[in-house]
Amino acid sequence: MSDKPPIKSATEAFEKALNEKGTYILKLFVSGMTPSSLRAIQNIRDICQKHLAGRYELEVIDIYQQPELGKQEQIIAAPTLLKKLPAPLQQFIGDLSNTEKILVGLNIIPKTPADERKD
Amino acid sequence: MKISHGISALPKSPTGIKGFDEITFGGLPKGRPTLVSGGAGSGKTLFGMEFIIRGAVEYAEPGVFVSFEESEEDLVANFKSLGFDLVQLQADKKLYLDYVHIDRSEIEETGEFNLEGLFVRLGFAIDAISARRVVLDTLEALFSGFANQFILRSEIRRLFRWLKDRGVTAVITAERGSLEGGLTRHGLEEYVSDCVIALDHRVHDQLSTRRMRVVKYRGSTHGTNEYPFLLDEGGISVLPITSVGLDYAVTNERISTGIPRLDVMFGGKGFFRGSSILISGTAGTGKTSFASQFVYNTCKNGERCLYFAFEESSSQIVRNMRSLGMDLEPLIGKGLLRYESVRPTSFGLETHLAKMIQIITEFTPSAIVIDPISNMINVGSGYDVKIALMRLVDMLKSKLITSLFTSLLQAGRDIVDEHVGVSSLMDTWMLLREIESGGEANRIINIVKSRGMAHSNQLREFVMSDQGIEFVDVYTGPAGVLTGTARVVQEAREKTEWTRIQREIERKKRDLERKRLVTEARINELQARMDSDQEEIEKLIQEHQMNSQTASQVSTQMARMRMADTQE
Repeated sequence: MSDKPPIKSATEAFEKALNEKGTYILKLFVSGMTPSSLRAIQNIRDICQKHLAGRYELEVIDIYQQPELGKQEQIIAAPTLLKKLPAPLQQFIGDLSNTEKILVGLNIIPKTPADERKD
Repeated sequence: MKISHGISALPKSPTGIKGFDEITFGGLPKGRPTLVSGGAGSGKTLFGMEFIIRGAVEYAEPGVFVSFEESEEDLVANFKSLGFDLVQLQADKKLYLDYVHIDRSEIEETGEFNLEGLFVRLGFAIDAISARRVVLDTLEALFSGFANQFILRSEIRRLFRWLKDRGVTAVITAERGSLEGGLTRHGLEEYVSDCVIALDHRVHDQLSTRRMRVVKYRGSTHGTNEYPFLLDEGGISVLPITSVGLDYAVTNERISTGIPRLDVMFGGKGFFRGSSILISGTAGTGKTSFASQFVYNTCKNGERCLYFAFEESSSQIVRNMRSLGMDLEPLIGKGLLRYESVRPTSFGLETHLAKMIQIITEFTPSAIVIDPISNMINVGSGYDVKIALMRLVDMLKSKLITSLFTSLLQAGRDIVDEHVGVSSLMDTWMLLREIESGGEANRIINIVKSRGMAHSNQLREFVMSDQGIEFVDVYTGPAGVLTGTARVVQEAREKTEWTRIQREIERKKRDLERKRLVTEARINELQARMDSDQEEIEKLIQEHQMNSQTASQVSTQMARMRMADTQE
């Protein structure tokens, strides 16, 4: 895997995830307070509150403020939502307006054949 | 079209890549992006990395290398084998490596996005080391990571503009398009308008050749040809041999052929220095011996020679030439003579040429031999060989290196036909042949052409002995030059004839002498007769005078006695 968070924090996060079964660790990277950034923040907050209430950690990071994280977390696009846990690692890019896609991606609702990618 | 009004030339960033800065007259456009396209394994990554490393080390321009394909660890390991220590360069803040990992299976597109993350990373990297150079290898990986091509393309367009605004000299690599005419798979060339370079790696008859071409370079002149290049321990070497052209200086200085009587045939002095010489002949006519004799003599004069042997190993040539009284071993030992033996089929034609140029540049000989060039034909088409040789010859001439090529003629084939391409490149062309007559084969040489000098048109027989190659005297007969025993027979015949004439002359001389003696005898006789006639006449005259005197005296006496007159 490409992302290499410090082992300690990964282990911690993993243990935490084991303890609190089904806890989602999410990081949202945005590039300043653009309309699309604001939309993304609003969208993920809505999803979390509605579907993951009480079992998620969401961190919003402005890559302009912490550009060094770009390399560390393999951020290319903005906005980018990283699902660190539960495994597997998943990236959601865009303003997170496609709620159904996110719910499928986060394994909150099951996949439907229409979502299968050909490539 | 922009018209320049004496504006100073486009500023350029030297790449430090051997030969590349020559064909682009200074390097890549400074502060602008350059697209480098090529297929898999064509050397794109190496080109980019060498641009960054040489910039950092040689031109004090730190560089950012963004890799979309190879991880940092892979890059470090790969370039270590090429002698570049990326870890050290990173520690010295001369290099910043960033591996951009894109995995489509991990990415979900959920709405409008941009590539600001990449911009921020890039900006951070540039600021971290005050980079002047950036390489994106291979940006096209983005196309496999994102489904929304519309956003992607506009973001790439923005990226190129952004790179220009940052004023960094950038190299963006791209995969060669699979379609004919498509320079890159995803049409990146439409975003880069300043400079486009195509790398190519072609395999022909199982031999691979790498080539490079400057497709476009806005605002600058550049070599437009395909240039072969090498990837080796020292990185990339582009060989701008086609850029030489025909504007080289020439000299009137001569260089001996190594055979005194052959020198005589070339106006007494031998070849022009820096000229190209072709010796062609059928098998076993002594091409290698002629070449070796030239090399031996040149080295003896303290000049360096390089011998590319495509058929024999150096030890074999050294052994064989010893039988001709040439000891090449000490010359090799002194570093005056160097052999490069390689099978022509080991590499492609261009690679051969490139390697040869590399060795020549390194060894700086005053003469080279390629023995034989006909073997090169095995690795390329006739046209390719001609083009390759043309470049080689031009390059050698520009450096005033005398070049001697041998060429094997197929027995029974028309020499003109076979050498139609090559001979026009040559200043001097000598033909070695075996003439069969009277049940034997004898070797003869003639000068087919020699530009810019008076030369003998005589066919000459030569023999190879432990004294080297020796020219024997010329005997011509009605059927041409007589060689071998026919020459000996002629020699004997002429000797007999000479003796006969000599005798004839002797005989005639004796005849003449005899005649002279007879004539002289007759002259003496006539003279004697004349003398006696003269004597008689004088005697008569004397007698007559005496008589008349006596008569006068008598008459006086008589008169006195008669006293007829009174006298006194």
